[in-house]
Amino acid sequence: MDGEAPRGATPRGASLTVGPVSPARRVARWLATRPRTRLALLLSGPLGWLALVYLGSLFVLLLNAFWAKDAFTGKVTPFAWDLAAFGELLGNPVYRTIALRTIGIAAAVTVTDALLALPIAYYMARVASPRRRRALVIAVLMPLWAAYLVKAYAWRTILQGNGFLSWALSPLGIEGPGLDELQNAWIVLSYLWLPYMILPIYAGLERIPGSLLEASSDLGAGAATTFRRVIFPLLVPSLVAGSIFTFSLSLGDYIVPDLVADAKFIGNVIYDNSSLGNFPLAAGYSILPIAVMVCYLLVARRTGAFESL
Amino acid sequence: MVESPLARALLRIASALVLSFLYLPLAILAVYAFNESRIMAWPPTGFTLHWFADAAANPAIRSALLNSLVTAGAATAIALVLGTLAALAIQRNRFFGRESISFLFILPIALPGVVTGIALQSTFKLLGADLGLLTVIVGQATFCIVVAYNNVVARLRRLPRSPEEASADLGADSWTTFRRITLPAMRTALLSGALLAFALAFDEVIVTLFTAGAGTQTIPVWIYTAMQRPNELPVVNVVALVLVLFSIAPVYLAQRIGGGETATGR
Repeated sequence: MDGEAPRGATPRGASLTVGPVSPARRVARWLATRPRTRLALLLSGPLGWLALVYLGSLFVLLLNAFWAKDAFTGKVTPFAWDLAAFGELLGNPVYRTIALRTIGIAAAVTVTDALLALPIAYYMARVASPRRRRALVIAVLMPLWAAYLVKAYAWRTILQGNGFLSWALSPLGIEGPGLDELQNAWIVLSYLWLPYMILPIYAGLERIPGSLLEASSDLGAGAATTFRRVIFPLLVPSLVAGSIFTFSLSLGDYIVPDLVADAKFIGNVIYDNSSLGNFPLAAGYSILPIAVMVCYLLVARRTGAFESL
Repeated sequence: MVESPLARALLRIASALVLSFLYLPLAILAVYAFNESRIMAWPPTGFTLHWFADAAANPAIRSALLNSLVTAGAATAIALVLGTLAALAIQRNRFFGRESISFLFILPIALPGVVTGIALQSTFKLLGADLGLLTVIVGQATFCIVVAYNNVVARLRRLPRSPEEASADLGADSWTTFRRITLPAMRTALLSGALLAFALAFDEVIVTLFTAGAGTQTIPVWIYTAMQRPNELPVVNVVALVLVLFSIAPVYLAQRIGGGETATGR
C-alpha cells in the first residue's frame, strides 16, 4: 500500500547514520511517512506534461473544429463558433468513403501482419537455438531503425513501372502493379509495421512455459489442437498489443498512400486541409481517428494488452 | 510439445521468407546508393561512390543531422525523467485513477501522428510560440514518455521488493534506497528505454514536420523535402544507408543489455 515506505524503519527523526544529513535525505525522511504527498510529487511532472501539452493540444484541436471559416477569404476566426465543417464532413459522401477505405486497409494490414508474424515469432521462440534467436531478434529490430520515409520510398521504386518488381515479373509475362493501386498501400503498410507485430508475439510465446505444451500433448492433443486451445488463448494479449501499433500507425498514415497508391486516406484529408488553411475541417475529421483509436484501446485494455506492449 | 521435423522445416522456410520480405527493400536501397544513374530504375546501370562524396559535402545534411541529434537527445532526456517518475508512481502504488493514467501515457503513440502534429501545431500557434527546435523537442518528448515508462514499469514489475525492504530495515531512508538499490537495478531498463526513445524521436517525421516550422530541418524532414526533388534521390539513399549501418551498434547494444524487457518498447 505504502509504496516503498520502509517497513520497520527507525522512527522519524532518529538517524542511525552519523554526520550531517543532506537536504535530499531530509526531504526523503519527511516524505517517508507521507506516501500520498510523495505519490503526488512523483506524478505531478509526467501528468502535468501530458495533461497540459497533450490533452491541452487535443482540446485546442477540438475547439478548432468549431471555429468559423470565412467562405470568401478562407480566413479562420478563432473563438467564433460555427458547425460548417461538420456539415461538410457529414454531407459529402467522399469523407465516408475515405474513412471506410482507411479503416479497411488498417484492418487488412493488421491481419496480414499477424499471419506473417506468427510463424517467424514461433520459430524464434521455440525452434531456433539461443544463438540464432538473438541474431533473429536483432534482424527483426534492425529495419525499425531504418528511416521510415526511405523504406516507403524504396517500395515506390520497387513497385513503379520500370522498378524491381516489373523486372522480376517480366520473365513470367506479368506487368508490375504501377503506382496507383490501393493494394500497394496494403503491402507497404504491412511491410512497415511488421516488426511491431513480430516482437510482442515473440515475447508472448517465450513466456509460455514448455510444460504447458507438453501437458497438452500428453493429454492427447495434436499440434493444431495445442495451438488452438493452449497457445492462441495465451497469445491474445500479445496479438492485441501488436495490433495497436499496426492498426493505429496504418490508420494515421498519409505519406505511404500518397507515395505508392495515389489514394486518399484519413490522414491525407487532415494533412491537405490543414496545409490549405482549412483547419476546422481538418480538426473535425481528426475526431474520427481519435474516436476509433480510443474505442480500440478501451477494448484492447480489457485483454491485458497494455502489459504486453 | 516437440514440433515434428516437417513443422520445423516449414517454420524455418516461413521465417526465411518473412526475413527476406523485411530486407528486400533495404537491399535495393543499398544497391541504389551505389547506382550511377539518378533515375532509380531496375536493373542499375553502373557503380559509383559519387553520391557518398555529395552527401558528405552537403551542409544541409550536416545541420539536419545536428538538429536531429539535439532534438532527439533532449526529448529522450525529458521522456526518461518523466517516464521513470510515472513508472515509480504507478507500479508502486494503488490509487484511484491509476488505470486511466496508464491509458493517458499510451495515447500519444496510439493516436495517429498527423493528429498529434496538427493538435500541437495549432496550440503553439494559438499561444504565439515560434516553431523551432524547442517545439520539436516538446512534440517528440510527448510521445517518447511511454517508451521510457514501459521499460521501467516492466523492470519494476520483475524486481523483488526484498532488497529495498532490507535497505530500509538497515536504516536507509527512501532517497538512499532509491539511489543505491532501485536506480542501479533499473539502469539497463533505463538505457534500453533511452535507446528506443532516441530512435523513435530521431525517425519521427510527421509530428516533426508539423512542429518544426519552416526554418528547422531534422534528418527525416530533410529526407522529406529532398524526396520531392528527384535530383537529390541518390544522396537520400546514401544518407539512409549510412543511418542504417550506424544503427547496428545501438540495436546490438540494446539486445546485449537485455532489451527484451518490453516487446517493442513503443
